[in-house]
Amino acid sequence: MTVELQIDGKEVRAEEGITILEAAREAGIAIPTLCYHTELMPHGTCRICSVEVETRGRMRTVVSCGCSVEQGMVVKTRSPRIDRIRKTLIELLAPTTAVDGELGGQMKKLAREYGADTHRFESRFRDRPTRCILCGQCVRYCDEVVGEHAIGFMGRGVDRRAVFFPEKAKACVTCQACFNLCPTGKIPSETDFVVFDGFSVDDYLAGEL
Amino acid sequence: MASKRISSAKELEQLGRDIASKADPDKRIVSICTMSVCGQSRGSGAIAERFAEEIRRAGLEEKAEVRQTGCQGFCEREPVVIIFPEGFYYVNVEPDDVPEIVSATLSKGELVERLLYTDPTTGERAAKESDIPFYSHQMPIVFGDNRRINPREIDDYIGLGGYGALSKALFQMSPEQVLDEVKKSNLRGRGGGGFPTGRKWETTRNASGETKYVLVNCDEGDPGAYMDRSIMEGNPHSVLEGLLIGAYAIGSHEGFIYVRDEYPLAYDNTIQAVKQAEEYGLIGENILGSGFDFRVSVHRGAGAFVSGESTALMNAIEGRVGEPRMKYIRTAVSGLKGMPTCLNNVETWANVPLIINRGSEWFNSIGTEGSKGTKIFSLVGKVNNTGLVEVPMGMTLRQLVYDIGGGIPQGNKLKAVQTGGPSGGVIPEQYLDTPIDFDELTKLGSMMGSGGMVVMDEDTCMVDTARYFISFCCEESCGQCSPCREGLRMLREILNDICEGKGQEGDIEAIEDIAEVMQDASLCALGGTAANPALTTLKYFRDEYEAHIREQRCPAQACQALTCYYIDPALCTACLICRRNCPTEAIYGEKGIVHWIDQEKCIKCDTCFQVCPPRFSAVRRISGEPLPEPPAPGTRVTREEKG
Repeated sequence: MTVELQIDGKEVRAEEGITILEAAREAGIAIPTLCYHTELMPHGTCRICSVEVETRGRMRTVVSCGCSVEQGMVVKTRSPRIDRIRKTLIELLAPTTAVDGELGGQMKKLAREYGADTHRFESRFRDRPTRCILCGQCVRYCDEVVGEHAIGFMGRGVDRRAVFFPEKAKACVTCQACFNLCPTGKIPSETDFVVFDGFSVDDYLAGEL
Repeated sequence: MASKRISSAKELEQLGRDIASKADPDKRIVSICTMSVCGQSRGSGAIAERFAEEIRRAGLEEKAEVRQTGCQGFCEREPVVIIFPEGFYYVNVEPDDVPEIVSATLSKGELVERLLYTDPTTGERAAKESDIPFYSHQMPIVFGDNRRINPREIDDYIGLGGYGALSKALFQMSPEQVLDEVKKSNLRGRGGGGFPTGRKWETTRNASGETKYVLVNCDEGDPGAYMDRSIMEGNPHSVLEGLLIGAYAIGSHEGFIYVRDEYPLAYDNTIQAVKQAEEYGLIGENILGSGFDFRVSVHRGAGAFVSGESTALMNAIEGRVGEPRMKYIRTAVSGLKGMPTCLNNVETWANVPLIINRGSEWFNSIGTEGSKGTKIFSLVGKVNNTGLVEVPMGMTLRQLVYDIGGGIPQGNKLKAVQTGGPSGGVIPEQYLDTPIDFDELTKLGSMMGSGGMVVMDEDTCMVDTARYFISFCCEESCGQCSPCREGLRMLREILNDICEGKGQEGDIEAIEDIAEVMQDASLCALGGTAANPALTTLKYFRDEYEAHIREQRCPAQACQALTCYYIDPALCTACLICRRNCPTEAIYGEKGIVHWIDQEKCIKCDTCFQVCPPRFSAVRRISGEPLPEPPAPGTRVTREEKG
């Protein structure tokens, strides 16, 4: 079964049940993502892939990685509203991610594309920069693909952190699958190849993360 | 022990009659709210014990008994003792008052005048609950039975006709008819969103899936709100009965009651209620011989505000972390364990038996066009009569605050009413004649919410209010999605700065910018609404923000960093009261010598301001203007102390 929808003015035919993000990519339309990974279940937490959709005359904002295509749906992947969401999210994430005031990788690219002022909230950011945007790719990859469950989330709200569980992290020294996933480069640069050192649940509980 | 099982509608009816006829009409019932944790903390347990002891001592066991009940509503005057059948109402009772009540009221039916409620404005005493303005304007259809039943005794509930609605639904109505009745009642979800309950039921009923679940959300967590706790503690069977009726209409045979961990008594009473209902065969297989099966488990929450969000609650019941998940498919279609699931709030379920018993037409006769029935509010903050109140929809906020709440303490002026908790907003004084109605409150930028209502007077700073709710959400957000987590973090920092006089030009625009992105892009409703307290205070009190940022002035003189205390030498009579009460010994002066405050030592605790006798009013709060020079040491008092 396929459905017909419109993405950025382009008529697109997509398999029923796939997400807007998948349909857009098949049609050659790029939508930026930070927490999405093709091998993982959609997490829908970075919200960078937000798009505007109109179904049955109703307009709303959804995340394209989690929302399925529908017959007759009209999708806009860029609009003043969407651009503002992406710009402000990058600005809000920048202070915790930047190293010496500079963003790297995907974040840097997005900041340039959406005209984000990465220093906008810098002076107001008083927590310790964690260099982690909590996209959870490492956590989910370890759970869903590797099956080791060596990384998880601790805490909630502004105290949420991704941490290694030392007793589960025996395989990490050889695995290191998460090293290449990390969009900010935190894991490879901070773990020094001994993955749970300084980055573990004990460090979290000691208030050091 | 013989089986207690009730196996038909007739037997249930007979049991109800037996319980009612066994009750001695001449026997007085002493109703005390020991089954509410707040009543307990105010000493209701000791009073109940003393009553039992004094009744025994007076040999009145045949003439009077103590009934331990849930919350009775008038928390301001706790502990309260109500004596039935007369309905005599005693307030602020202490254990030592008990012998007098026993010898006068229980033995002779006489009133103990001094324990009656006295109206602070008219000075009149009220003998009965119905004579007290706090109660006379209420319509306690859901909450009213609390004072008459011991929640640990299912017979108390059945004696008042309890489970009659279930029996009616099972034997006189088809599931479709029950659903139709609830739809026609126009009942809307009491948890905050106000979604039509019947429509939710219908979607769940029509969704495909072998197994369907019904859930009770008792994860109430708004600051200052305790309606659901008080129903769950005080009348758990009303919720169970509603749940059973809903399950029958939806075609569900399994339910869960999610009770937050911080509600230990509600949890215990729910467990007890389920156990007793099971013993009677009201839960289990072939309920009342109808062929309908239903079982229910009580799930103890794990202490997070966000777990009250529907998908988070379902995650928690499944054994996962109580965090929301994306719900582009409604939970009514794919909820708990991927099955169609109907989640309703405690108060919503408790309304169901009433609708089945008395019909949708009756229910529609109460309330406004768009909001039917009653709503329970926890009326708290700067209001004379704090407590739980149940009022018909459509009553105005003014009636609620003044007629029921008795107005603002110390004759202060009302500034705003906060409704809807951290997801809601403030409603300023000029909108006080707005009727209580889901849609009307939303139009003002606030929301009905689950029923928290915090009254604020002129001494409340609106920026500080926003800061409080934003800080609350900073800790209570799950932290998964970036707009909510990072947006709240930055809002908190900006609001902290503004309250400390470190606000900057552009801050207001930044707040609006962040708030908009949180509304548009957050994963769940917590993030989507968390900025509302900031947005509504900005909408109605923008000038307060501007005063903080541009003039370093807090108009309410509440933000400590922007407020100083000063003793006016022309008004000070050197009475020493402020000096004696100052916790940091920051006040100098002696008899006949005007007092002054050492600003270095002052911690701005407001004590001097509060203790300075109103007839002097010599202590002033100063914000946004230079502090006058203190008087020269040894300046003598110029003001004469009058009588």
